[in-house]
Amino acid sequence: MKIAVCVNRVPDTETKVKIGADGKTIDKTGVNYILNPYDEFAVEEALRVKEKFGGEITVISLGGSENVEVIRRALAMGADRGILLKDDSQRDTFSIAKALAEVLKEISPDIIFFGKQSIDYDNQAMPSLVGELLGIPSITVVVKLEINQDGTIIAEREIEGGRERIRGKLPIIIGAQRGLNEPRYPSLKGIMAAKSKPVEEREAVKFENKAEVIEMLLPPPKKAGRILGTDANAVEELVRLLREEAKVI
Amino acid sequence: MAKRVLTFAEQREGKFKKSAFEAVRTGKRVADELSAEFYTLVIGDENVEKIAPELGDYGAEKVLIVQDSRLGQYSLTAYAKVIAEVMQKVEADYLFMSATAMGKEVAPRVAGKINAGFAVDCTDLKVENGEVIATRPVYAGKAFIKVKINSDKKIFTLRPNVFPVGEKDGKVASLEKIEINLNDDDFKVVAFETIAATQGKIDVTEADIIVAGGRGLKAPENFKLIEELADVLGAAVGASRAVVDAGWRPHDEQVGQTGKTVSPKLYIAVGISGAIQHLAGMSSSKVIVAINKDKDAPIFQVADYGIVGDLFEVVPALIKELKKVLGK
Ligand SMILES: Cc1cc2nc3c(=O)[nH]c(=O)nc-3n(C[C@H](O)[C@H](O)[C@H](O)COP(=O)(O)OP(=O)(O)OC[C@H]3O[C@@H](n4cnc5c(N)ncnc54)[C@H](O)[C@@H]3O)c2cc1C
Repeated sequence: MKIAVCVNRVPDTETKVKIGADGKTIDKTGVNYILNPYDEFAVEEALRVKEKFGGEITVISLGGSENVEVIRRALAMGADRGILLKDDSQRDTFSIAKALAEVLKEISPDIIFFGKQSIDYDNQAMPSLVGELLGIPSITVVVKLEINQDGTIIAEREIEGGRERIRGKLPIIIGAQRGLNEPRYPSLKGIMAAKSKPVEEREAVKFENKAEVIEMLLPPPKKAGRILGTDANAVEELVRLLREEAKVI
Repeated sequence: MAKRVLTFAEQREGKFKKSAFEAVRTGKRVADELSAEFYTLVIGDENVEKIAPELGDYGAEKVLIVQDSRLGQYSLTAYAKVIAEVMQKVEADYLFMSATAMGKEVAPRVAGKINAGFAVDCTDLKVENGEVIATRPVYAGKAFIKVKINSDKKIFTLRPNVFPVGEKDGKVASLEKIEINLNDDDFKVVAFETIAATQGKIDVTEADIIVAGGRGLKAPENFKLIEELADVLGAAVGASRAVVDAGWRPHDEQVGQTGKTVSPKLYIAVGISGAIQHLAGMSSSKVIVAINKDKDAPIFQVADYGIVGDLFEVVPALIKELKKVLGK
């Protein structure tokens, strides 16, 4: 089975966002970067598919040279080889998807994993868009995946008020959601092995952006809330305020 | 040339979602501001014709209906094809959809088909100098970006519960059936079964009011307090990751960075500390109430109203007071 996983490098979840000098992106000073949390579920599921069906896992990331860190992390978990699509420019989802699709076309995997979204721009669009560009189906927000010997699959994805079960067939793209599996930690042996696994560097193919960020803003500061009391006696006032001032009940 | 706007009105099992009305109302508003022609699209099986007229109440003028018995079940590949083809048929320049589970999955695929730039999960849309400028949250709501789309075709998905539905118009929309040629190959992925989290439960992403509980509840059985409070308010139950990880509550109730993003009118956080990852999912709630015994809990920094106290005293009193006041 040919398996691909696309991974991204993102500010860790504790990051306090400050706006950068360009007014359009965040100030990167002092920010800690991690493998996008949803991509960990994607890598883990790829490993499980390989454990069941055999094959090779290629990890792909687009970004600056520092993205090699997240590729190495996936290799340490057990993936086989990496491709870094080097690009330092600010790209929109469309242009990232096009560059990824170029490489994926060449590999033509039976199954491609993404995290359901990257926690920087929160687009949740990559699995669908890359799927369309490759002409193969996709399923996103997947919390359960079953692949049969004959190449048919059944996936469960989260929707409002529950889940829906989806029937499909390989080749396919899966967007991994938390709950799909429990990602393993790279072992010391894995980390050592990752150092000698091949990571190929290429220039990412250029494509025009279709969406343009005009400005980045911080949410308007909330005015300090009111503490209404320290025990159940405050409840009457709370209910009055919710009805008469906030008018929400 | 006059512009054209198409809004997709999502229905599941023969019912429109409230977010469909939000999308139609917003599409109509933007179409007016662009002096554009306005179309609404409904997709489904034979039953959708019955519900389509409802859309007139929310600003729909021309409702296009694509019916096929196979479209009764959601299929990403088929839905994307239908939407893209209808867009081409009516020569729409803009597409608006809700950023629901369906919309988030379908919109980028339609974008790929018609080479359209897109902005997802928008929380504001403005027309400035004839251009639609979208505002959308990034970094889990810790920042916002204003986005302009430069391609000819443009797609926007709208975060549910943020855009107003307005009063019912009582207007009558015209209905038109459109034939789209679908073959079996268009149904590469198909939803064949839905599993409801719990019968009749309100989903946090769709709720106007959410009562969320955290580790402060001490034990899973104490969540009956949260459920009872939610019940009095007609609210959905939410949870912090700590209690979901502990197995006290199902993952579909988790609010936050790795759970769901919500924007209800009222969010009541009970025994939740307000870690940055939790705030990421709920800080755009209109009114936030925090009940926590630690006066320094970060949740108080985003709360509009707070009670620093023991939830085991405060919540039962709150339930009693609400029952009295709301006449239940
Ligand atoms: C990558 C990542 C992603 C994450 N994603 C999420 C997410 O999506 N959602 C999420 O919620 N968290 C998420 N977290 C976890 C988050 O950091 C916190 O650990 C979690 O939100 C804490 O849950 P809590 O507030 O219920 O528990 P605690 O932090 O333990 O807080 C319990 C609170 O209850 C109060 N309390 C205790 N007893 C009482 C009482 N009797 N009366 C009143 N108050 C009382 C305490 O004062 C305390 O403030 C994530 C973390 C990471 C690292």
